[in-house]
Amino acid sequence: MVTPPDGAADESPQAALAETLTAILDGATIDALRHLSGGASRETWRFTADGRDLVAQLQRPGDERDMLVEAAVVRAARAGGVPAPELLTAVRRDDGLAVMVLEAIDGETIARKIQRDDRFADARRRLVRDCGAALARIHRLDLVPGLVAADQVEVYTAALDELGQPHPMFELVRNWLIANRPPAVEPGVVHGDFRLGNLIVAPDGLAGVIDWELAHLGDPMEDLGWLCVKAWRFGGRSPVAGLGSYDELFAAYEEAGGAAVNADVVRWWEVLGTWKWGIMCIAQASAHLSGAVRSHELAAIGRRVCENEHDLFLALEGRW
Amino acid sequence: MVSDGDAPHDVPSAADLLEAVREWIERDVLAATDGRLKFHARVAANVLAIVERELELGPAQASAHRERLARLGVESDAELAEAIRASRFDGRGTELRAELRAAVTDKLLVANPGYLDS
Repeated sequence: MVTPPDGAADESPQAALAETLTAILDGATIDALRHLSGGASRETWRFTADGRDLVAQLQRPGDERDMLVEAAVVRAARAGGVPAPELLTAVRRDDGLAVMVLEAIDGETIARKIQRDDRFADARRRLVRDCGAALARIHRLDLVPGLVAADQVEVYTAALDELGQPHPMFELVRNWLIANRPPAVEPGVVHGDFRLGNLIVAPDGLAGVIDWELAHLGDPMEDLGWLCVKAWRFGGRSPVAGLGSYDELFAAYEEAGGAAVNADVVRWWEVLGTWKWGIMCIAQASAHLSGAVRSHELAAIGRRVCENEHDLFLALEGRW
Repeated sequence: MVSDGDAPHDVPSAADLLEAVREWIERDVLAATDGRLKFHARVAANVLAIVERELELGPAQASAHRERLARLGVESDAELAEAIRASRFDGRGTELRAELRAAVTDKLLVANPGYLDS
């Protein structure tokens, strides 16, 4: 084999991505392309196309979720009045991996800034209500074709077993979850990861709900419980995102057309969410240990598993 | 604790070396960085602090954990986890919880002692 001279055949991944984006955006001129973040399942890039601020999400090899289904959920959510980004296009490339292009929404996603910075003082006063209203709208959406029901206890038991790191405390909690499971309800669209970090917040309140990759069908109360998990309070004292009370969230949810909230059911989902985040912490450390993503940040998350175990003790003792 | 007399190494000890690097990150690196890099420097300092605490507390915690497992009649966390899932501890809930709580407390004393007060 003759190796082609540099720059001839193997152009940079960035240039290749720009070409792909031009092709799927009807020949638009791509500028200011920059990498925003990369997880195990996808990469996120920001750029302008003919001057418009956009975000591209690229599926990575090995990600089994269907990004085209996620794109359909984002489109349905926006049509249903949820502050979700406008979807420009979502396509599967020749290599089988999907790309999704979304409108970029101005605002902040970093929890610490949203919780502390002066410019978000007004947003903080209304964010819990905004979240309640957005969740009510998500849960009223028609079921999106391709979305499947996922029993969270089963899914995360399988994940825990796959990781192969035994945690007696998680088994104790798993038994509790199974023994205290709330009655089955008509499944709805569940965002699956609705919390600070995946919410774009502007000075006047909630501006965008992003990261729909974990969307599935299930009990809508799952989203309310997840939003209250202690990890997502980011050190704040108040139960809802560290910013507000359960009552405030539930009232906003019901006012915006959500189903009547049973606090005990939300509590069950909060326990499940804490258990699930503990398992996800193991998974993040494993992503580092397996070499999939070398990162001391991911490695350190492995030592946060016990924070969840501690929270679960408090929960089972009725002390949170 | 590992006895100093058992190792051929010179001072500083492993704990002293970790402390020196952590102090440099906390003093100089955090002051000279911002954004993502500063966040990652803070994470690095936290990681070193975890290892410092584990060097100090680890040996005593390991023997306490072996004693806990022995009281519960199992050899390992893996065996204990399997037994709990199989409902073999259903009649010993109070005892089990007390042992697990102590194990989790030990883990937090190394990973993030401040969390115990939260």
